[in-house]
Amino acid sequence: MLREIIQGLSQIVANIGAIALFFVRVVMQVPRALMRPGLIVYQIHNAGALSLVIIMTCGLFVGMVLGLQGYDLLSRFGSESALGSGAALALLKELGPVITALLFAGRAGTALASEIGLMKATDQLVAMDIMAVDPFRRVVAPRFIGGVIAVPLLTMIFIAIGIFGVQLVGVQQLGVEQGTFWSQMRGSVELHDVWEGVIKGCVFGVACSLIAVYEGYTAAPTAEGVGRATTRTVVTSAVLTLILDYMITAIML
Amino acid sequence: MTHDASNATTNAASSNLVELHDVHYSVGGRAIFKGMTLSIPRGKITAIMGPSGTGKTTLLKLVTGQIHAAKGQVLVDGKNVSTLNHQQLYAMRQRMGMLFQNGALLTDISVYENVAFPVREHTRLPEALIRQLVLTKLQTVGLRGAHQLMPWELSGGMARRVALARAMVRDPELLLYDEPFAGLDPISMGVVLRLIRKMNEALGITSIVVSHDVEEIAQIADLSYIIADGQVVAAGTPKALKDDKSELVRQFMNGLPDGPVAFHYPAGDYHLELMS
Repeated sequence: MLREIIQGLSQIVANIGAIALFFVRVVMQVPRALMRPGLIVYQIHNAGALSLVIIMTCGLFVGMVLGLQGYDLLSRFGSESALGSGAALALLKELGPVITALLFAGRAGTALASEIGLMKATDQLVAMDIMAVDPFRRVVAPRFIGGVIAVPLLTMIFIAIGIFGVQLVGVQQLGVEQGTFWSQMRGSVELHDVWEGVIKGCVFGVACSLIAVYEGYTAAPTAEGVGRATTRTVVTSAVLTLILDYMITAIML
Repeated sequence: MTHDASNATTNAASSNLVELHDVHYSVGGRAIFKGMTLSIPRGKITAIMGPSGTGKTTLLKLVTGQIHAAKGQVLVDGKNVSTLNHQQLYAMRQRMGMLFQNGALLTDISVYENVAFPVREHTRLPEALIRQLVLTKLQTVGLRGAHQLMPWELSGGMARRVALARAMVRDPELLLYDEPFAGLDPISMGVVLRLIRKMNEALGITSIVVSHDVEEIAQIADLSYIIADGQVVAAGTPKALKDDKSELVRQFMNGLPDGPVAFHYPAGDYHLELMS
C-alpha cells in the first residue's frame, strides 16, 4: 500500500517535471514560431474564432442565471440595485476566466490534443522530423501560441456577453433601474478587478494550451492512446485551472 | 599509416555514403542488432532484405538519426550520426528523403501542398518555381491530375506515390524507401521500380530500399543485404544471392516455410494448447 502511494507520488512528480521540460522546449521555439505569423493566425482562428459560438452562448446564459440568482438573493436584503456591481465583479474576477478556460479545454483543448495525437499516430510528426522540419516549431508552438492568445480574448468576450445577460434579466425582465444598474457597476468595478480577469485569462490560456499540446504530443500512437490523451486534457486542464484560480486569487486579494 | 594507405582509406570512405560498424541495438531487452556491419555505396541502389522483425526499418531509423546505436557507429557521409547536434542532424536530413510504409502524408493539406511542404519550409523560392517543381514531381509519379485532392481521397498506392514525389522534391542525395512496393498494383509497382532506377541513373541518388519483394528488388538493386538474427547473413548482387547455397538465403530468396528461419512465433505445443 505504502509502496503504491510512493510510486503514485513519484509518478506525479515525474509528470510535473516532464510538463515543465516540455514547457521550456515550447517557449524556446516561440520566437521562431512567431516569425511565421500566418500559422499563428490560423491557430488563433482554430482555437479562438471557432470557439466563439459556444463561449458567447454560455456567457449569455451564465449571465442570465447570475441575473436571476443575484436578483433573488439581493432582493431579500432590499439591495437589487447592487445587482450590476455584484454580477460584474463575479464575472470579471471568477466566472469569466474560469468558465472560459473550462470551455476552452473542452472545445479547443481536446481538438488540439487529438489533432497532434493523430498526427503522431499516423507518422506525420516523424515525417516532418525526417524532412528536417521541427514538429515543435511547426506544429506544437503555433498551436500553443494560438491558445495563449485566444483564451484571454475569449474571456473578455465571455465577460462582456455575461454582463449583457445580467442586464437582460435584471433590467429588462426584473425591473432593476437601468441607470442604477450601470452606475453601481461603474462605481464599484476598479481597474484592479479588470486586471485580475485579464491575468487569470492569460495564465489559464498558458495552462490549458500547454496541457493540450503536451497530452497530444506524448499520446500513445494508437486510437486508445489518442482517446486517453483527449480525456486527460479535459480533466487535467479543469483541475489545474481551479488550482491556479485559487492561487492567483489568494495572491491578488 | 602511409600516404597511399591514407588515400585508400579516404577513397573507401567516400565511396560509401552510409556505413554501419559493429552496431548493437536493443528494444526492451531484445537485441535487434548484434554487431551489424554494412556499407551503402554512393550512387547505387542497395536492398535490405530479411524476415519480418529483423530490424530493417530500425536500420533506417538509425541512418536517419531517429534512434541511436547502443554501441558501434552509424556513419553518413563520414559523420557519426549519434554525435551530431540538432542543427547538424537537420542539415544532414535536408540531404535525405524518406518514403514511409504508410506514406505519412500531412492529412490537413492537399496533395500539391504535401509535395510543396519541404520546399516551402526550407527555401524562399517564388511560387511559380515551386509550382513547376511540384507538378514535375507529381507528373513523374503519374499523379499531376490529382494535385488538388486531399490525402483521404487517395488510395494506399496513390498516397505512397505522392509520398515518393514529396521525398524526391528537393533532389536528395540519399533516398530511403521503407517497403515501397507493399500494396501497389502491378502497374504502380512497375512505375515505382523504374522511377527508383531512373533517379539513380539520372541524378546519381543513393538509394536504400527495405523490401520483402525479392523478385522486384532484384530487378533494380546493385547490391543486396539479407539480415537476420541481428547481423548481415548474406551480401552481394541479387544474382549472387539467388545462386547462394546457404540454407537461410535459399529459404528467404525462395520463400520456403521450412528452414533456419522459423515461420511460427515461439509457442508451446499446438495440440496441447487446443485441448486445454
